[in-house]
Amino acid sequence: MTKTPRQQQAARAKWYWGIPLWILGLAFLAPFAWMLSTSLKQDVDAFQVPMQWIPDPAQWENFKTVLVGPDSVLPAFGRSALVALLRVAGELITATMAGYAFARMSFRGRDKLFLLYLATAIIPAQLLLVPRFIYFQKLGLYDTLWALILPGMFTVLGTFLMRQFFVSQPGEFAEAARMDGASEWQIFSRIYLPQAAPVISALGILAFVWSWNDYETPLVLISSPEQYTLPLSLTNFVDEQGSIAPGLTMAASVVSIVPVLIVFVVLQRRFIAAMTHTGIK
Amino acid sequence: MTVAAPSAPVQTATGQPPAEQPGRGIKPSGWTGLAFIAPNLLGVIAFTLIPLISVIALAFTDWNLVSGLGGIEFNGLDNFIAIARDPGFWNAVGLTLLYVGVSVPLTVVLGLALGTALNRPLPGRGVLRAIFFLPYIVNTVAIGMTWLMLMNPKSGLVNQTLDIFGISPGWFASSHWALPALIVMAVWGGVGYCSLIYLSALQDAPGQLYEAADIDGAGSWMKFRAITWPSLLPTTIFLAVTLIIGASQGFGLIALITSGGPGDSTTTISYYMYQTGFQFYRFGYASAIGLVTFLGVLVLTLVTWRAQRGRALHD
Repeated sequence: MTKTPRQQQAARAKWYWGIPLWILGLAFLAPFAWMLSTSLKQDVDAFQVPMQWIPDPAQWENFKTVLVGPDSVLPAFGRSALVALLRVAGELITATMAGYAFARMSFRGRDKLFLLYLATAIIPAQLLLVPRFIYFQKLGLYDTLWALILPGMFTVLGTFLMRQFFVSQPGEFAEAARMDGASEWQIFSRIYLPQAAPVISALGILAFVWSWNDYETPLVLISSPEQYTLPLSLTNFVDEQGSIAPGLTMAASVVSIVPVLIVFVVLQRRFIAAMTHTGIK
Repeated sequence: MTVAAPSAPVQTATGQPPAEQPGRGIKPSGWTGLAFIAPNLLGVIAFTLIPLISVIALAFTDWNLVSGLGGIEFNGLDNFIAIARDPGFWNAVGLTLLYVGVSVPLTVVLGLALGTALNRPLPGRGVLRAIFFLPYIVNTVAIGMTWLMLMNPKSGLVNQTLDIFGISPGWFASSHWALPALIVMAVWGGVGYCSLIYLSALQDAPGQLYEAADIDGAGSWMKFRAITWPSLLPTTIFLAVTLIIGASQGFGLIALITSGGPGDSTTTISYYMYQTGFQFYRFGYASAIGLVTFLGVLVLTLVTWRAQRGRALHD
């Protein structure tokens, strides 16, 4: 079957825009391509002119050094995973319950409490670093992973996100269940909670990415290398004078990106929806 | 956590409260409701509210870590008077305004152009969208280390490429080029995010209006001016506010790459606070800087918001 002139025109327009956009896209991707390429090079070859995109031979040793060498980033990888796991679990549990109560339950002082939450939401985390630094020192939690985990388990923003969702749900289910003698907890856990699965997964993705990538908080609240999370440990391969070992640093960087990339590729649609509907990084 | 709008962008940006359901199925629940909120509330009080009150109180004290908790002395408005006379602070304010003032509009405008382009039928469109979004989900250190080497003045890939045009900026080694280098990184990192937000807004754009405009024989620029741009305004405000907050509060990249230098050419206000607090341990003064910055950013955000809303009404 031959194409009509209109279809041909549409196909041409597709490439007419497609080619420049793909060139731009590849340019955007270049830093990541450079990272990957350099992660497989010996340090002396990193700044070769002209740039050699496909390393020959590939220096797989870099990954071995980064993963099992004396400055291995694996322990930090584990700590980052632990912090992310506890933060995500804590935030999902506390935010779901609080968001539900703000939306679907009524009790004295609810609206005033919600106003307090609204006011707190505009406070940037950076403003709280000084008092948190002092506070965690007093609690004996400074330079422990708890200093990273605890504030992340109880968030105002997660509560908002969940409240937004529960507010939009119909009340008929609750009425019917109440007549059947269901408790408030049962109404929450059996009826409304299952409906919230897409929002919960969105919040989970956000919380994970935020926790995994967080650099500023551990920079301030963690001091000893034995407690470093992954972003901090990427500087393991920079010496005292500040000169970077390019191959090892890039190999460690690749390792640090892999978990987020897996989540991104597997859950791409949900991931983008989560990011674009909340504006949280 | 970087804080943006508490709810979906469109709702907040138009300034209208989200449509609340009437109280169907809600019955007074007394202590049960409070019990549901308690775990979150106690955590928020302990790790957000108490630190917040502390930072406000600390702003009115002279306190150095070395002197211990007993060494806290209230000094009234001294910190704020000192800030007003501190050339380091004003230098940081200027640099921050320059950084925010260039990087935010550039990111938003390029994000809009890219979002519009990515809304067309394109070969491999899904992959393209993902590529532009990628920088947004990668951690600061991996990105910072990569760009630091890419922008190596002698042998980095960026200058190897620019060499063709006979330009070779000093980037992070030069006090003139370090801030522009940070701006390049901010734009590269933010454009894909903006384009995706615009993309989801474009998909909600009013279809009938375009058909009506087609019948009236309006050109594509006319259609953009008259239909697309006004319908995107709430999104633009949302993005501007989010990016202003992010760009003025973040210090991680600067701490990693430049430590505020060369000289003080990249000591933005948030880095200045970080330096005062965590390198010199002047907690009282750092708290005051943080508070002033927060209020300044708040004013800047409100001004952006109002300016855009004013224009929306005018149109």
